[in-house]
Amino acid sequence: MSIVLDDVHKAFDGQEVLRGFTVEVREGETLAVIGGSGSGKSVALKHIVRLLEPDHGEVRVDGRSVGALSENELYEVRRNVGYVFQFAALFDSMSVGENVGMGLRRIPGMTPAEIEGRVAECLRLVDLTGYEERRPSELSGGQRKRAGLARAIATRPKYLLYDEPTTGLDPVTTAVIDELIVRMRRELGVTGVVVTHDMASAYRIADRVAMLYDGRIRFQGTPAEIQACADPVVKGFIEGRPELLEVAS
Amino acid sequence: MTGNGAVQGPAQAVGRAAISSAATVGRAGFLGLRAVRALRRGGMWAPHVVTQMARIGVDSVPIGLFIAAFTGVVLALQASYTFTGAIPLYFVGTLVGKTMVLELGPVLTGLALSGRVGANIAAELGTMRVTEQVDALETLAYDPVAYLVVPRLIAGVIMFPMVVLLADAMGVLAGWATSLYLLDMSSPEFLKGLRLFFRSWDVWFSAIKAASFGLTVTGVGCFFGFATTGGAEGVGRATTRTVVASSMIILVLDAFWAAVLL
Repeated sequence: MSIVLDDVHKAFDGQEVLRGFTVEVREGETLAVIGGSGSGKSVALKHIVRLLEPDHGEVRVDGRSVGALSENELYEVRRNVGYVFQFAALFDSMSVGENVGMGLRRIPGMTPAEIEGRVAECLRLVDLTGYEERRPSELSGGQRKRAGLARAIATRPKYLLYDEPTTGLDPVTTAVIDELIVRMRRELGVTGVVVTHDMASAYRIADRVAMLYDGRIRFQGTPAEIQACADPVVKGFIEGRPELLEVAS
Repeated sequence: MTGNGAVQGPAQAVGRAAISSAATVGRAGFLGLRAVRALRRGGMWAPHVVTQMARIGVDSVPIGLFIAAFTGVVLALQASYTFTGAIPLYFVGTLVGKTMVLELGPVLTGLALSGRVGANIAAELGTMRVTEQVDALETLAYDPVAYLVVPRLIAGVIMFPMVVLLADAMGVLAGWATSLYLLDMSSPEFLKGLRLFFRSWDVWFSAIKAASFGLTVTGVGCFFGFATTGGAEGVGRATTRTVVASSMIILVLDAFWAAVLL
């Protein structure tokens, strides 16, 4: 089972962002989707849980077309897909513990004691033990990202989607988040899609890297393969050399 | 050619504005339909209704009473000024009672709460929208309309009439006190005028209008809050639009109910 985006097109106000975006995320792997700012990486990610719907094309999760799901079926899929937002998107009006327990309260039959136990377990996994009663406004940027990750893994999803997980963080905190992403796959066995433009991070966490350029996939392969790629667009991006991109365009 | 352009320019602008307005009304209608459908998800909205009733209703009582008290004072003074020498002064009680209950209680409270409640809802939901908290709710398998919109709409419909009826009572009491202490009227005189044309239907009329204002203010706030784009500037825009649109709709509804129910 896997996630497939098949020939996805998406435009906003006549501006085409995705023009035939096709990629498959294989079970158990972590795929890093790289690309410049505004290239449509986050837009592609949002299609997986139907936060956005494609103008054309299809998104399939575990073989089921996401666009054709009823509301209840969609909720079922969403419970299997954890989403880590770029700025964590923690609910300001709740404590960290309540944030992490939000998804659990939608699972029928879970008792308050079970929810409390799972919240503590998830916070331990992201090294935030004892932060249950803190408010999101009392956390640092890195702690907010980790709390967001704890909330995403609370329902024990099969898939985790990370939207720019290391953007705006210092190098040490970035390494901590990268290690957590690797640990999520190793300890929980989740399949991951990481949207990022941080190449060092992509090399550390990804089994495969896919580069989004001009609305479609320009290259996909292992970190070693992308580093050896001769395409000036790919090379220009991963080595931070705008002159190569200019030549290519 | 120039003439054509001059004619086409304003025509196109009007056309674009009309299309944009129709689209806004369509989107608002769609949100309304989603809210009706979300009623079946009681588990998501029911736990939040009491909290919203406190925020929308109980917290609005002081401003409602403050406005009503001074309106009652002014009504009594202006009635006395107008009636002196021409109409018996006990009609001050009639004018204060009828005007407060039928018109100024609901409308002034509605307009004040479009600022306090509507702006608050638009800012809160708008901030949640631009910081992706609404998206986060969806990814956690919540219906954001059931979770965020429905409790506010229900609280608005229930609590606006409560606040308005308290404001009506406060306005009449303030008018009464003004008549006693500033106009040298007696209580029997004021009460005679108050009872003269009083019908219990007037109170129902006030409550019905208030309920429709409650639905308007909370609904418009939710709509513009949910439609927010563009960060802090977008939140500010949504808040302003909410206050302007809900105030205008309140005035239209005010005329509508007067034409339909009186």
